[in-house]
Amino acid sequence: MSKSYYDPSDLKKFGNITEWNEELGEKFFDYYGKVFEEGALTAREKSLIALAVSHVVKCPYCIDAYTQDGLQRGITKEEMMEAVHAGAAIESGATLVHSVQMMNKYKKLSM
Amino acid sequence: MLLKSLKKQKNELANSQRQLELLSNGVFETGELPKFSAQLASLKQFPLKPKTLEILQINIGYMCNQVCAHCHVDAGPDRKEIMTRETMQQCLDVIKKTGAHTLDLTGGAPEMNPEFRWFVEEATKIGVKDFIVRSNLTIITANKKYYDLPDFFKKHNIHVISSMPHWTKGKTDKQRGDGVFNASIKALKMLNAVGYGMPGSELKLDLVYNPSGAFLPGDQAALESDFKKALLSDFSIQFHELFSITNLPISRFLDYLIASENYEDYMYSLVEAFNPEAVGNVMCTNTLSVSWDGWLYDCDFNQMLELKVDSTVQHISEFDKDALENRTICISQHCYGCTAGAGSSCQGTVT
Repeated sequence: MSKSYYDPSDLKKFGNITEWNEELGEKFFDYYGKVFEEGALTAREKSLIALAVSHVVKCPYCIDAYTQDGLQRGITKEEMMEAVHAGAAIESGATLVHSVQMMNKYKKLSM
Repeated sequence: MLLKSLKKQKNELANSQRQLELLSNGVFETGELPKFSAQLASLKQFPLKPKTLEILQINIGYMCNQVCAHCHVDAGPDRKEIMTRETMQQCLDVIKKTGAHTLDLTGGAPEMNPEFRWFVEEATKIGVKDFIVRSNLTIITANKKYYDLPDFFKKHNIHVISSMPHWTKGKTDKQRGDGVFNASIKALKMLNAVGYGMPGSELKLDLVYNPSGAFLPGDQAALESDFKKALLSDFSIQFHELFSITNLPISRFLDYLIASENYEDYMYSLVEAFNPEAVGNVMCTNTLSVSWDGWLYDCDFNQMLELKVDSTVQHISEFDKDALENRTICISQHCYGCTAGAGSSCQGTVT
């Protein structure tokens, strides 16, 4: 076994999770596949959303998978980086907006 | 950026035997991934046999004005192999009697063969339903002797098929060389100006998309739509169809895969994407490939691997329709490229 927690070659074994619970595993992959189908949003738009979210939740498998998916769709590196920034902006915004609570509390407790 | 062919560099991958060894070693030798023959056997499609001949693809030389990074031909300015008029005449004799409806001239840069125009003129006299010339576009503006190619193509109702790895300069030049994108745009405008690629025009202009890296092509229709939108809005350029072609692990692309440590993952992705439906429609089932020196191959890829047809008839001068239709197609692990996803051929997806 390798000395690091993440092994890129594990991504292709994702499907094996059904071996230890077939019903739930299959429901998941079915749902996953459906989510990314062409719909009100294009498959391309969803791919970029997935890429951004992968960075926010810090999943290295997802980052690899959706970088590759983006390349296959002809998505440029500039588009990918912008998508990641959108994710970063939300993540940092979510942190900062809580400081309104901090400001409120501070004012409440201070003369 | 590459400036010399693998052959000129004396790279071991210029040797077809070495390439075939590599394609059968490693994960295919250990059985981690099934060999292509085993994959076909499991579908009861081994050995693979051709159907009726529809396309005669003639490679009139490995000489080219570009040295594209992904080229499976290992073409370039330092390659001197070009078809002679004598061999071209043998090809014309076959075109006269064959039932094939498509003549497909490729290379290298076919236009660089000094006999190119003569060959086109003679073939036009015989008459072919679909006369394809695979033009790399930059040849048109490379030298003033080629500036009139759009008019020459028009005169002979040539179906022009040209490569464009992306609608942006960065990706295109990375794969095809500095300045190629700008020269390609200029050439496409010249072709549009004489009527090629315009809506409703009989002058067919199609583009070929090859991924500019170690990944598979995405959905052909989606890519076509993206290319059309971008080329029209950025350059007012129009074309008819986009064919997406998977890069096969041969020659310079194989060299790139190994050097970038992507070979194994790439072969995995090809095998994982194996589509049984693509098998019956792969181009070796309806195409014959002819090399600059007249030898016959199941496809242009087999030509580069020097895998001559498995037949007593191996040279264009001995062409025998029945003997060739009864042959078995030569395969190896590079064939996974043509059966991945929606399948791949010189005219795009096959399913």
